[in-house]
Amino acid sequence: MSEYLLPVHEAVDQTIYETPRGTFLENLHGWVVTVDHKRLGILYILYSTFFLLVAGAEALLIRIQLAFPRSHVLSAQVYNRFFTMHGTTMVFLVGMPFVFGFANYIVPLQIGARDMAFPRLNAFTFWLTAFGGLLLYYSFLGGGGLYGVGNAPDVSWWAYAPLTERSFSPGHATDYWALALIVSGFGTLGTAVNIIATIISMRCPGMTLMRMPLFTWLLLVVSMLTLVTITPLTAAQLMLLIDRYLGGHFFDTQAGGSAQVWMHFFWIFGHPEVYVLVLPAFAIANEVIPVFCRKAIFGYPAMVAASVGIMFVSYSVWAHHMFTVGMTSVSNAFFTLSTMLVGVPTGIKIFNWIATLWGGRIRFTTPMLFCIAFLFQFVIAGLTGIMQSVAPWDWQLHNSYFVIAHFHYVLVGAIVFCIFAGIYFWYPKATGKLMNETLGKWHFWLFVIGFHITFDTMHFLGLLGMPRSIYTYQPDRGWNWLNFVVSVGGLIQGVAVLIFAYNLIRSYSQGEIAGDDPWDAWTLEWTTSSPPPVYNFEELPEVHSRRPLWDLKHPDDPDWEYEA
Amino acid sequence: MSSVPLYNPERTVDWHLPGKGRVGMSALIVGESALFTIFVVAYVFYLGKSLSGPKPSEVLEVPILGTICLLSSSLTIWRAERAIEDDRMASFTAWLGATITLAAAFLMSTALEWRKLIYHDGLTISTNLFGTTFYSLVGLHATHVVVGLLLLTSVFLVSLTGWVDSRQSERFGVVALYWHFVDAVWIVVFSVVYLIGR
Repeated sequence: MSEYLLPVHEAVDQTIYETPRGTFLENLHGWVVTVDHKRLGILYILYSTFFLLVAGAEALLIRIQLAFPRSHVLSAQVYNRFFTMHGTTMVFLVGMPFVFGFANYIVPLQIGARDMAFPRLNAFTFWLTAFGGLLLYYSFLGGGGLYGVGNAPDVSWWAYAPLTERSFSPGHATDYWALALIVSGFGTLGTAVNIIATIISMRCPGMTLMRMPLFTWLLLVVSMLTLVTITPLTAAQLMLLIDRYLGGHFFDTQAGGSAQVWMHFFWIFGHPEVYVLVLPAFAIANEVIPVFCRKAIFGYPAMVAASVGIMFVSYSVWAHHMFTVGMTSVSNAFFTLSTMLVGVPTGIKIFNWIATLWGGRIRFTTPMLFCIAFLFQFVIAGLTGIMQSVAPWDWQLHNSYFVIAHFHYVLVGAIVFCIFAGIYFWYPKATGKLMNETLGKWHFWLFVIGFHITFDTMHFLGLLGMPRSIYTYQPDRGWNWLNFVVSVGGLIQGVAVLIFAYNLIRSYSQGEIAGDDPWDAWTLEWTTSSPPPVYNFEELPEVHSRRPLWDLKHPDDPDWEYEA
Repeated sequence: MSSVPLYNPERTVDWHLPGKGRVGMSALIVGESALFTIFVVAYVFYLGKSLSGPKPSEVLEVPILGTICLLSSSLTIWRAERAIEDDRMASFTAWLGATITLAAAFLMSTALEWRKLIYHDGLTISTNLFGTTFYSLVGLHATHVVVGLLLLTSVFLVSLTGWVDSRQSERFGVVALYWHFVDAVWIVVFSVVYLIGR
């Protein structure tokens, strides 16, 4: 046992850094060749924000087409391309890069490290991911090839066989789709390896596994899940390319191949992928909610256990996407029950967040508003998920707008809301400026109103029998005004996202100076300056509890006295 | 400036974490295992589903020699690992050279097998489902052997210049871990393709 003195001004780095401004070319060069995890994190976030706008514009065009019956804004072919590109872009070029952008920026800071475990691999995998996105969008130019048919891929994001075989999808569009996902998939795999190695091997002294911030814990779980999630997709894409280029027969139903095998392989990837995207959303909520209700997170060990539980359970539920294919009743029962089982760990999480809020002194800042909306919306999304896990219910509603409404409730209502929360929360750390709260409130309220107008209504369209992936419908179906309402909600969300983008740019030059710790938070990233220096920490910190910055601020009442 | 007394219960505790190279390679191996699993599942699922010949039992011969070469290369690389840890560099270079030779011999046996299948039996990747699944599974493994061979050869060339010593033993351990994985996968591929599927 030893006792020593540590002045606060030395523990919290308060130096003001002034870097000389180089020319534009020097700056650009610096960003292109960077191996700094913070710059790469920002590049990931900017990249996915750009594609969020692109895929959002695609969604709006889809909704404009569907706003009125027998509309001719988009042709059937263009409509197919747009919903394919919307889905593929949102999952692979928006969702995944956001996850890895946050992980890159926050994880090394939260565990008190100076960089990721493999900085050059980090840069390499970012550029692989970026190149994958370019490859996908280059299909608009190069997809037709010599055949003069189609350009962008139009096989939908799940690309069911045998539609993707050469005889049914001539030209290069499907090849661009497959190659883009293989390339960005390698990037994803490398990043997951990097995050795992960083969290296991780079933690600062005293940061035991059970003292890691929950954000870092969940990103560790996400990365482990990514390892076994993205590789089956890569394997299936390789098989598809073997079919298309080497005359293989994996999914060639004319030669004994099976279209169902593709479905299994795709959903072995596709369902855990949902958790790869939603666990980081939980991770952000785990950081934002305690800070803005001024309480430590309730049930930390249960949160960790529930996350690991979700990781395992999520790998055994994939075939609930395939109830209508005609599986045996044993399979149907198994996948119904395993899917319902996911409700247990996620339910634990919901109750823990509510218990954290309970009795807290809640500050309704923009990030907190997004997280509170997330809680409500995720409960609803989870409940419709349980409904659809029941095979007979799914037989009725499979491929209807009810399914679209359900998964957009997860992807937008939970994931996108938490991504916005995370950006408002960590923007001051990355730039040194606070985002404008007034614009933030406008963004939040418009987005939440638009979200509910769109996706609540979609449930009813599904119950009324409107199938997904149709480019238009007859006026006598009774879907007209509901579709119009859905489209209006989409436009409101579009306006909200534009306000967000404006706020993002404007606050960089005109935002209030944030200081190192604008939210009075407790994890290590808030101990260093905003933006952090290249080396993050002058001296590697040493931690003794889950809230090291609390210990520094409250030496009379440190956390480690209460943690086992 | 105010100073705060910090009671520091763990100041004297050492802080050891696993090496990042080994952790990273282990993570990669987990991911690669999932990749191979999908190809193995496809192979097993499509067994006997080809609409036309040739069938595996008609054309496949068990590659005993190549298998012995590849599996014993795990033993030689383990000897090389021990040697570099103890800084016996001549022994290290010799065992590493033996590993490379054995790996090349395995690739040679695969090449000869494929040559026979293609030119003698007329089985290509587009002939039937067996050809598609066989060449992609065995080819995926062979690709990993080639990558490993390139890694080992580059270490070998650098070690000839005398720049490698026991300080690099941990890094070499990472390469060896990958090589053990490639060998372990072959046990699975071999059992599925030549023992169960024939």
